Amino acid sequence: MNSKNVMRLMVGFYIVLFFGYLFGPLIMMGAAAFNESPFPQVSPWEGFTMKWFGQLAQDEQMIEGITNSLVIGVGVVSLSVPISLAAAIMIGQIYERVRPYYYVIVVSPVLTPGVILGISTLVFWDRLGVLAEAEYESIFYDGMFLTIVGQSTFISAYCMLVFMARLQRFDRTQEEAALDLGATHVQVFWKILVPFLRPAIFSAAVLAFLTSFENYNTTVFTIQAESTLTTVLAGKVRMGTQPDLSALAVIIITITLIGAVTYEIVRRREMAREEAAREEAMRADQQIDKTITAKPLAASA
Amino acid sequence: MSDFIVLFLAVLLALLIKPFAEKHAQAIWSGISSIHFVQRNGVVLSAYLIFSVLAWAIFMIILPQLYMVDFSFRHNLPFNEVGGPGDTWTLDNYQYLLFGREGDTEAMNWLHLKVFFKTILVSALVTLFDLAICYPIAYYMGQVAVGGKARLMFLCLLIPFWVNEILRAFAFRILFGTSGVINSVLIGTGVIDEGIDFLRADVGLYAGLSYAYILLMIFPLYNAIESLDHNQVEAARDLGSPWWRIHLRVVVPHAKPGIASGSTMVFMLTAGALAAPQILGGPSSLWFTQIIYDWFFTGLNWPQGSAYAFVLLATCIVFVMTIMRIFNVRFGEIAK
Amino acid sequence: MSADVELDHVTIRFGDFTAVDDANLRIEEGEFFSFLGPSGCGKTTILRAVSGFLDPTEGEVRIGGRNMRGIGPNKRPTALIFQNLALFPLMSVADNIAFGLEVRGISKFERRKRADELLNLIALPEQAEKLVTALSGGQRQRVAIARALAVEPEVLLLDEPLSALDLKLRQHMRTELRAIQRRVGITFIYITHDQGEALTMSDRIAVMSQGIIQQVGDGSAIYNDPATAFVASFVGENNPFHGHVTDADDQRAVIDTKFGRLQGRNHQGLSAGDKAILFVRPEALSLANGAAADGNTIESVVVNQEFEGQFVKVYLAGEGPKPIGLSMTNDGSASLPEVGETVRVGFDPERATMLPVGELADE
Repeated sequence: MNSKNVMRLMVGFYIVLFFGYLFGPLIMMGAAAFNESPFPQVSPWEGFTMKWFGQLAQDEQMIEGITNSLVIGVGVVSLSVPISLAAAIMIGQIYERVRPYYYVIVVSPVLTPGVILGISTLVFWDRLGVLAEAEYESIFYDGMFLTIVGQSTFISAYCMLVFMARLQRFDRTQEEAALDLGATHVQVFWKILVPFLRPAIFSAAVLAFLTSFENYNTTVFTIQAESTLTTVLAGKVRMGTQPDLSALAVIIITITLIGAVTYEIVRRREMAREEAAREEAMRADQQIDKTITAKPLAASA
Repeated sequence: MSDFIVLFLAVLLALLIKPFAEKHAQAIWSGISSIHFVQRNGVVLSAYLIFSVLAWAIFMIILPQLYMVDFSFRHNLPFNEVGGPGDTWTLDNYQYLLFGREGDTEAMNWLHLKVFFKTILVSALVTLFDLAICYPIAYYMGQVAVGGKARLMFLCLLIPFWVNEILRAFAFRILFGTSGVINSVLIGTGVIDEGIDFLRADVGLYAGLSYAYILLMIFPLYNAIESLDHNQVEAARDLGSPWWRIHLRVVVPHAKPGIASGSTMVFMLTAGALAAPQILGGPSSLWFTQIIYDWFFTGLNWPQGSAYAFVLLATCIVFVMTIMRIFNVRFGEIAK
Repeated sequence: MSADVELDHVTIRFGDFTAVDDANLRIEEGEFFSFLGPSGCGKTTILRAVSGFLDPTEGEVRIGGRNMRGIGPNKRPTALIFQNLALFPLMSVADNIAFGLEVRGISKFERRKRADELLNLIALPEQAEKLVTALSGGQRQRVAIARALAVEPEVLLLDEPLSALDLKLRQHMRTELRAIQRRVGITFIYITHDQGEALTMSDRIAVMSQGIIQQVGDGSAIYNDPATAFVASFVGENNPFHGHVTDADDQRAVIDTKFGRLQGRNHQGLSAGDKAILFVRPEALSLANGAAADGNTIESVVVNQEFEGQFVKVYLAGEGPKPIGLSMTNDGSASLPEVGETVRVGFDPERATMLPVGELADE
């Protein structure tokens, strides 16, 4: 009994240590955002201030980076969600013999370092541009376009995994039932498959957007003359830093926290709803047992 | 200008095909719609599925990689000489990584080779370290903690994950800087008199790298361990197995795909990391990706950079295959 | 409106595997027709060929006289009720029922009206807004029927729709399905491996095995006058006696079995020297008192007895490991034989069927 308590204590200690490692650096960084000191540091504590947040709002470079990141994020979502949905549907339909090869190809971007995806996108479009003798202002050299394409390469693979997980639980006879009732293939897609995948589409879109928003390794090669939040940040950090970066981190962490809590609440509500439906079905089952024994069905009368 | 020519040619082609297409439309149409895939999905959806998947696989995955490899075997030519007589294939870029320029003092290009091996070695160590510290947590979440508690821990893990890679590295700079938190604490408690330059000693870099991708180790591990029926652990315990043997014989074999998956992801991301080395690396130490970056943006030698990038890619492929061999798992189990 | 369904030399292959082999039959307008057979016999494949999810490799499926080749499931005048029902879990009961009308572009008001009518038909009038996940098994079953009927099909196809229900509900739904069919008057094609369902509901039954239609007929024909050894052994219980035909005319035949010479009907044209099986139902066998023996008797040892209330099952040592079953009415008149006792049982040759050897259904 005693050794069990010691064990439990050690486990508890380890968990605290682990989460300390996970959150410690972030907390320190967050604290630095409120320190008066012109360097991002916690000690010595020179007094509480909010001025770094104000400075952040006036940083035009940063604002431009964030704006570009948002545009790229939207672009990536609108490119990678349809692609990954198609790729996930395809996996279930492709010839058994080809499937493993297909899978290796479409999943490989997940296991490829981001810098390489950036480089290959950059090189490919550059060579295409040379082939087409395109102007320097053309799409082949456009940083925003290249970044959207480069990021979508691997973000589509992430999203595909999300869709595959959901599709595994899809009952294909529903498609057949809808067809049998006279729906066209397009109607089946929109009225049956898409509603079923809606939670996955939402998750995939959020995942795609956030991954795009925080991507650096691929972006740094494809962005060229433009800038995104991450490239601006990287530049700033390397130049020598100010606590306004900490302020930004505080904002990001806060948004993440709100998102996580909202997600949890929505999830709990959904689970409660499903539970209620199941219970009702069980009650109905018992009910019908009684009606069968009590009286014959009205329809046959 | 050229865009216009392409458009013009496309329109011309369409006009040429049109009479033919109209004549045979019926035959083409019935040919298309008799393919099983089209029967199953209808024409519109089939077109969407095939077009999206082909566009992605060919123009975003396969061709760019092939072009990069092709590029790595070419000379670094000025813009106007591309496609000219001098545009031939060469092994120069790979030779340079191994032997350096002709006439260098050393026989081998030790400067870059050392960085390469350091990158691989440190990435492997970081992977092992992450595996070691994540396993207990993943086990606790997957087998010991129940329901709400496990989900709460899961959410807590997600939060640092969505903080930008650069800010995560930046946080470590605050910790390990000369006037950072750790130095202040150490000086304050009288352990040392003067701040230690952790960043120059690469301590900050290693800590930051271990931190950066730790969640990609813990999630696959957790998923694998969570699917283990706890009764198996109970049964092993019941049979008098000591705790370490339970892990060795029951939990670890079950978690194999998770371990393989997590290790692959962490290794690949660490070896391919760019932000953390740029921010946390000491002034004299380099990461292999930084050399690649420099070839592209300082050296302006893209073929050379492509060659280095391909070496990195090949290393990652070798690593994935080694892991698959060691853990005897299929590719599909790693990439989940 | 109702339509007839014709299978004209329909063969369906998947690669080397022949799922349906030269099926030929005609299902009349307004008929309740069942395909009965063990799983894997090809009955579901036939159903999918009628509903349009696949086209036969050879031959034609005709509905209302029209060849259906190349016409997709969404263009055929059929509606299918799936084994798992395949209700749309994200839609309400009314939306499920009205789905077929929705995709035909019928107005919301009309849809709702029709859904309400159908909900009345299936006696679930107040459940329109519920999610289908909140319904009981039996209610879901009825919603699936209503959904299929909403598109006013000429032929309704049912793929073992009762198999997921518990016994009591299943028996109840049999009566209900038959009642609904009489009311709407359209052709029902019903797939099942449960002979009880097929026998109680159907006008006619096709018994299938290994892709081949063994026999088509009404319930009593199939039970009393099976055409093949498979049908005889699959439908109801039957005792097989193997042997060679020693003597035959076009009414009767005599077979030499392990238990001696036995006589039965010869409807399949067997002649002397043929290998054959004589099938005798448990209820056709009765204890023969020594004196009444007219030669058509079997002598064997009682190995087991099962008391079933209304009946008593007596088992005698058979020709192989399977015992001979004998079903006796528990009317208190006859004394029951003890286990270990040797008894003689006899049967009327008119109630025994002589068939060529063939595949037997394993129980």
